[in-house]
Formats: sequence, C-alpha cells, structure tokens
Amino acid sequence: MNTVVEPNSFKTGPDEEGMFGIFGGRFVAETLMPLILELQQAYEDAKNDPSFKAELQALSTHYAGRPSKLYYAEGLTKHVRQLAKDQGLDGGAKIYFKREDLNHTGSHKINNCLGQILLAKRMGKTRIIAETGAGQHGVASATVSARFGLPCVVYMGATDVERQKPNVFRMKLLGAEVKPVSSGHGTLKDAMNEALRDWVSNVEDTYYLIGTAAGPHPYPEMVRDFQSVIGTEAREQILEREGRLPDTIIAAVGGGSNAIGLFHPFLDDKSVEIIGIEAGGRGLDGEEHCASMSAGRPGVLHGNRTYLLQNKDGQILDGHSVSAGLDYPGVGPEHSWLRDTGRVSYVPILDDEALEAFTLTTRTEGIIPALESAHAIAHAVKIAPKMAQDKIMIVNLSGRGDKDVHTVGQLLGMDI
Amino acid sequence: MTTRIDRKFAALKAEGRPALVTYFMGGDPDFDTSLKIMKGLPGAGSDIIELGVPFSDPMADGPAIQAAGLRALKKGMSLTKTLDLAARFRQTDDTTPIVLMGYYNPIYIYGVDRFLVDAVASGIDGLIIVDLPPEMDEELCIPAIKAGINFIRLATPTTDDKRLPKVLQNTSGFVYYVSMNGITGSALPDTSRVAAAVERIKKHTDLPVVVGFGVKTAEQAKVIGSAADGVVVGTAIVNAVANTINPDGSLVADPAEAVATMVKGLSSGVRASSLAAAE
Repeated sequence: MNTVVEPNSFKTGPDEEGMFGIFGGRFVAETLMPLILELQQAYEDAKNDPSFKAELQALSTHYAGRPSKLYYAEGLTKHVRQLAKDQGLDGGAKIYFKREDLNHTGSHKINNCLGQILLAKRMGKTRIIAETGAGQHGVASATVSARFGLPCVVYMGATDVERQKPNVFRMKLLGAEVKPVSSGHGTLKDAMNEALRDWVSNVEDTYYLIGTAAGPHPYPEMVRDFQSVIGTEAREQILEREGRLPDTIIAAVGGGSNAIGLFHPFLDDKSVEIIGIEAGGRGLDGEEHCASMSAGRPGVLHGNRTYLLQNKDGQILDGHSVSAGLDYPGVGPEHSWLRDTGRVSYVPILDDEALEAFTLTTRTEGIIPALESAHAIAHAVKIAPKMAQDKIMIVNLSGRGDKDVHTVGQLLGMDI
Repeated sequence: MTTRIDRKFAALKAEGRPALVTYFMGGDPDFDTSLKIMKGLPGAGSDIIELGVPFSDPMADGPAIQAAGLRALKKGMSLTKTLDLAARFRQTDDTTPIVLMGYYNPIYIYGVDRFLVDAVASGIDGLIIVDLPPEMDEELCIPAIKAGINFIRLATPTTDDKRLPKVLQNTSGFVYYVSMNGITGSALPDTSRVAAAVERIKKHTDLPVVVGFGVKTAEQAKVIGSAADGVVVGTAIVNAVANTINPDGSLVADPAEAVATMVKGLSSGVRASSLAAAE
C-alpha cells in the first residue's frame, strides 16, 4: 500500500493535472487530448455560469424528481435488531436509505446525464455516445438524448446485453442504438474500449457521456460534482431528521459514481465512517470478483491511473460480478486515493450475500433494490447488529432492481 | 547523441527516398514465428521495425491489431518476452532501428526504471506509447530520453498549430503523423490532405515525419511516400499474418513468408516513390 500524507481537506482534489495523489491523470491517445482539454474548459465555464446551474436545477427538480427521499428503513432496521437479539446483543443501528431508485429512469445515473447533456449542448455537439454495464447509465443517456433530440449510441458488453434485457429494450424504445461488444468477457470494460474507439473516430461532432467517475480528467471530477447532489441532500436531510450527522455511510462501488456522490460532501466530517462496497463475486481467492481496491494494484487503463485487477504483466483481467454495474476491473481514481489516505474503507461483498440482501430488502421493505445497491445493503445488514441502536447509518439505494429480475430469477431457479 | 533511428534517416536522405516503417505484433502467432517474421523484415525492405507489445485493452486499435494482440497473449506473450524478442533479433542485426509500440500499463507494472535498463540492453531504439500524451511526459518520456531512447510522438489531425509545439517538445527520432482521426486499420484519407498536414508539421520541426494509419498497398506507399519522410504499414502486415492462420490455430501458410512477400511489395512502392520524387 502506498503511504499518503493526510491532507487538511479531502475535498480539494483533483489538482490542475487531474491528479488525486498519484491517481487520475490524462492517459489518452493524442487524438483525444485536444477534446479533453476543450471539455475541461467548457466544464469550467459551465460551472461558473449561473444559467447552467439554473437549468440543471430545474431539470433535476421537475424532470428527474429531486430531491430524492431519505427514507428510514424501519423493516430492515427491525430485522437487524432481531439479528442482534439472536446473537445475544441489544444493538441494531438505524438504517436510512437514500432513495436514488426513485429518480426518473430508476437510478442515480440521471444526475450525471442531465449535467453532461447540458454541457454537450453548450459545446455544440450533435451526437452522444455512452458505455453501459447494467444498462442504467445507458438508459439515462438514451433518456436525456431523447429529451434533447440528439442521436445516441450506447456500447454494451454482449454478456450484459444478455443479462440486462429489460434495459436494452428501454434504450431501444428511447431511440438509442445499442451496440453489443463481444471482445473480452463482453462486459463494461469492453464497452468502454469500444466507446473510446468510436470517440477517437468521430471527434468532430461526438460527445462521450461517461457514466462513472472514472476515465481521463476532467471526467472523474465532473461526474463526482454532478453526483454530489446525493450526499449534499442526504447530509441536509439527516440533519433535519435526526439533528446530527450519521455514524456510517455506505455505498456500492463499481466505477464508483453513486459512492463518490454520497461520500464527497461527508469527506471532511471526521466523525462519519465511510465504507465503499466492492463486488466480491465468487470470492477474492481467484479471479472471479471485481474488488480492484481489495485485491488489485495501481495501473493505467481508460485514461486514468487507479487500482486495477491485472496480472503480473500488466494485462487487465476481466473480473466477475453477479451485478453488471459492478462488473469492472477498475475504479474511479478518487476512490483509489481515498483508499490510500485511509479516509474511506473498501470491503468486498460476495454475489451470494448481495442476492440475499436483494431478497431481504424486497421482503422487509417492499423495495426491489438494484443488485449493485444490494451489495451496500448486505454490508449494512452485516455490521448494523453490532452497532448500538442509537447509531445511524445511510445506505445509498442507488437504483431499483426491476432490471435484475431475470438474473435473480435464474439464480433462484424461478421461472419468469 | 545519435541513435540508430537518426542514422537510418540520414542514410535514407542520402539515398533520396522515404522510409518503410513496418509494424508487426510481437508474439503473433507465437514467439518463434514472430522472431522469424522480424528477422525477415529488413531483407524484405523494411527500414524501421515497429514491434507491437500486446495489451489486453488496446483502446486505439482496430479489430485486426486487437485480434493479433489477443492471439499473442493467448500464447503467453508478455512485455518481458517482447524485449527478449528484440534482443534475439539484435544478435544478427545491429543496424535496423526497433521501435517498441504499445500501451503504458505493462511498462508501468514492469517498473519504468527497470524497463528502460532492459530496453536499452535489448537494443530498443524508440518508444511509441499510445496513451502517454505530452501532458504525462514525466511518466516515461523524460526518463526514456535520459536513457538514450527516442520517444516518438503521434501527431493527429486534431493536433492543431497551437498544440503542435507541445506535442513536439520532447519528441525525438521522428514524428508519427496519424493520417486520420480513428483507430488503426481505418481507410486512408486523400493524399493532398496528408501532404498538407506533413507540411504543416514540418514548419514546427526538423525531425522526419512519417505517415501511418490506412496504408495497405504498394501504390499507396508510393503516393504517401512522395509526401513524407516515411510510410508506416501495420494493419496490412498483421492481416497477412492472420490470413495464414486457420480458426483452430493451425497454419495454412508460412506467416514469415507471407509478411516478407507483402513487405517486398510495399518496399517497391517506397522505392518507386524516390524515383517519382527524382523525376
């Protein structure tokens, strides 16, 4: 592990070169470099333009349905208190869900897409491309493209096209062209390669709408900024509800956009424990997981330096997760930095544990969570019984699980 | 300090013809065959060899080079073995420049300092690392120059006059002009645009400018060669190898011979280009 000096604030990154410590940067082909610099300038201008902010705010409110609710998950809390009792403890922290599943399109992805489509429009781009894993970002991209009348091409791994059929259909309905990518394992990594190849071939008119807080600078910063509305709202909402900050906040980490969105506004609240959940897949012993920060090491892929699953020759591994949205061998660079500084701890949750949390949440709360979010819930259920009942925890319910019913049905041996 | 690359371009200038730069993928279809391919290149008329290092995620490459890299990786190719390939080539050829071309991560994982020591020992003359733009020069470019290895930069149609000085700043050996925005193996744009672009770059540098992306035939090599200091052929060579391989991996023909035949044809193109220029 790299040793990193603890900064005065965890919220000032990245630096001008797009670095979070040793992570981040702009590792892209020369063809893309002028575009990335142009994007950075356009984003700086937009950030400081009140009309941009106002337009995004209006869309967030009236189109996406923000603010999303902070919901006291009483059923799940009762369940963890029962678990505590069964272990002879009287614990069981109070669990809140940040309800990003209630957003338009059914996940947090819309927050970023609205911000970036306004930017694309501002830059005069006329064609949108995106990569998607679970299809949540693909759907959100197709949605905002439809809303603003721009053609949209979504690259999606062939494996994911198969396991996320409902979202593929939604994208098509929304007028997007879904291009299956069969290289590698046909998952998010391969979709991102192909999207980058498209971008490099269509630099004049195309805007690449990256869905996660990764890629070359300024994407990690920009996506984080657009997603930070999650944490900003959650912080205000919990202060209003409970009169104090939470003790623990938890979110699932694939590329890490919902997690950085929840975490960032809390980073300088020293009393708040922050936990990111990686996809442990079938266990960390082999290669069938996507726990890049728990079991990988720093490397360079998709425009940034970050923790990656790779072999000793620096070849990137495919990884595995039951959840298509977490099925990525890397992670956003800011998470890598937060890991090394020790501010955030990252722990793996296995496929089976996530599935169990999926079912549990469905039965105790009447909420079908996305398999990605179920990873975060699984960890909450694991640690809450050991925490006192007056402790407060916020779990980011990043998306709804309707898209996953086929996968879960198959795994549980149910006919749909 | 002059390198094999500098000496080669000086010799070609005296000869009055453009360079033929040939790319092939190290380890494709296997280590021994690719060594044979490499050894056959100078005799077939290649002036400079670009030795491809396979990478699992070649984001700037088209389907042909992606597939070649995967074939090599499946046969156990690695950066270590690619350096070994160069070293074995050097045992019998001490003049043909070798430029290693690939992506940064395998080098980063190998360790930059250790890599540069081993690259020099293996007779590597230059590096083209696709995902290291000038903004990331501290990573490898500057250490490579200190180690006596040329760091060759790609310039593209998106590299405008404002940006060119930054791109050329730490470039040595030659400039590789990517003739179009896109991935390797795409179609060749029209020659007048390429010629204008080469001229534009030459206003900013005295380095030789070679042109690549899209050159497949002797005729194209001749035409492009008349407008530049060299012509790069990659995908066509990689395809020549691929065409000798059955779906089950067995060979229908000798890949080294297929490559040599193709390079001989291209070589006649660049040599005709010198005649065209002399007329």
